[in-house]
Amino acid sequence: MIKFENVYKQYDNGHTVLKNLNLHCKEGEITVFIGPSGCGKTTTMKLINRLIEPTKGKVLVNDVDISTISPVKLRRSIGYVIQHVGLFPHMTIADNVAVVPRLLEWEEDRIQKQVKNLLDMVNLKADTYADRYPSELSGGQQQRIGVIRAFAAEQSIILMDEPFSALDPISREQLQDELIRLQKDIKKTIIFVTHDMDEAIRIADKIVLMRSGKILQEGTPEEILRRPANDFVKNFIGKKRLAQFEAIPESEEVMTRKPVTILPSRGLAESIKIMERKQVDSLMVVDTKDRLQGYITIYDVLQQFKDETKRVGDIMHTFEHVIAPDTLLNQTIELMDEHKLPYVPVVKDDQTLVGLVTRGTIVGHLSDIYSGNEGL
Amino acid sequence: MDMVIRYLQHNWDNLLLLIGQHIVMVLCGLILALIVGIPLGILSAKNERAGKYILAIANLIQVFPSLALLAMLMVLFGIGFYSVVIALFLYSLLPIIRNTYVGLKEVDQSIMEAGKGVGMTKLQLLRKVQIPLSLSFIFSGIRLAAVIAIGVATLAPFIGGDGLGKEIYSGINLRDPVKIYSSAIITAILAILADYLLGLAERKTRVK
Ligand SMILES: Nc1ncnc2c1ncn2[C@@H]1O[C@H](COP(=O)(O)OP(=O)(O)O)[C@@H](O)[C@H]1O
Ligand SMILES: [Mg+2]
Repeated sequence: MIKFENVYKQYDNGHTVLKNLNLHCKEGEITVFIGPSGCGKTTTMKLINRLIEPTKGKVLVNDVDISTISPVKLRRSIGYVIQHVGLFPHMTIADNVAVVPRLLEWEEDRIQKQVKNLLDMVNLKADTYADRYPSELSGGQQQRIGVIRAFAAEQSIILMDEPFSALDPISREQLQDELIRLQKDIKKTIIFVTHDMDEAIRIADKIVLMRSGKILQEGTPEEILRRPANDFVKNFIGKKRLAQFEAIPESEEVMTRKPVTILPSRGLAESIKIMERKQVDSLMVVDTKDRLQGYITIYDVLQQFKDETKRVGDIMHTFEHVIAPDTLLNQTIELMDEHKLPYVPVVKDDQTLVGLVTRGTIVGHLSDIYSGNEGL
Repeated sequence: MDMVIRYLQHNWDNLLLLIGQHIVMVLCGLILALIVGIPLGILSAKNERAGKYILAIANLIQVFPSLALLAMLMVLFGIGFYSVVIALFLYSLLPIIRNTYVGLKEVDQSIMEAGKGVGMTKLQLLRKVQIPLSLSFIFSGIRLAAVIAIGVATLAPFIGGDGLGKEIYSGINLRDPVKIYSSAIITAILAILADYLLGLAERKTRVK
């Protein structure tokens, strides 16, 4: 959707602010730029609507090099919430919200309806607020207007530069929730700048962590929390947040590494022998490269036992749910609880079976923790 | 003071005519100055280099002694109404250009960027954002210009113009202080009135 290709930006004073930026912001996702003040977040964002031109490199929107699109046309197709609210002080709230639709020469009826809808969306009564001026609203209300103004012309791309920064923590969380809720329905491509890590973790599909004009790390909040690329990232995330996160074990730490397996080509009698020997009531079916195929249970085997031609592969079931080695324990438990699973297999990306999380292994892990034996 | 009032009572029809003439001259000069000055102010704000020259020239005109200017205009345009209007126009120019320039420059950069960011063209930005936001500055320029012009217009008779200056002029010739005072007071009231009304407009257009 939005691509940066080898972008450099040097300001007239010779200061190089962006150094070889390469980035892809996906359609329908919230991409959050985060980093210390002055690292180039705003500059990067303004490259997208050509408020700033790159010194070198290209920015593409929908695979079109935006330097070939007229800036005015481009900007009208991209919603923009600027860093310091930026409402027009001489226009009423309704006129502020209607700015872009008017530039696009929408019918007046449609504009009025849109303004009302948008005010409703952020819980501001049109009757009360439409005809007021920005200075008559509180900071939080002004920021709400700044946000809905960017949505007014139903653009599919929205740029938001620290849109909630001037708010107290409670209204900030409220607006973040509103944004998340909204995004579920409307699926815009949103670029969001912040310097608040909690905000980034809450709303981001993808976090882009920047420092001195370079991308240090990008990934889902999960990936960044789990595998911070270096000490700077770790520091930026903060010890407290990391500790919270690290306290939850991954399935790899909880699973048994020796699930009992069988090849699909084996016979049923052999499978019963194995179950007897290992004292289990089901077997994981894997191919010769250890890739998970499915499972068989003792009941299936007994039912089909008379038919000597049947092999394990003929009676096995496939799994509807598997987890990855780095799935968190809380998610695993949720999954098992929701689908009433006695166990879930742990597989790598290539379907290689690496382990099994069962109720037993979970209890075992917890008892390790609470009896203080962890790490033994 | 009684004499002044009595004088006014006896000469109100003639005075009303002179007031009318005075106002027409001032208005013509002001309107011309607006037509020329606002675009020059905008140009100055948009183009720093041009702005330097424009403001310097307007300043020069402003400090030119009024009588000398009138004399020069008389030589160029002959005596009468037009020369007066041109003089008033020239005197009104500086406050209008300068205030337009300052007003446009004072508009908050972040608001300008918001306008640009939502996709306004340069012209739309000027019309929908910059000018509305500098309107109160422009009015304060007009106010200043109007007060100056009302005063300068009393010199009109020197180059064959009309207006309240005629009464002052004849008062001087006839050594009639009552005549001088009355017309001077009226001129002052006119100036105060213009100042008040344009001040209202200025406050009304000020944006918080
Ligand atoms: N117009 C400009 N001219 C020169 N330097 C600038 C300009 N705008 C921003 N900078 C510099 O570029 C760097 C990045 O700025 P910015 O993108 O605004 O950072 P952020 O939004 O991450 O705080 C800062 O060091 C800033 O001082
Ligand atoms: Mg910034």
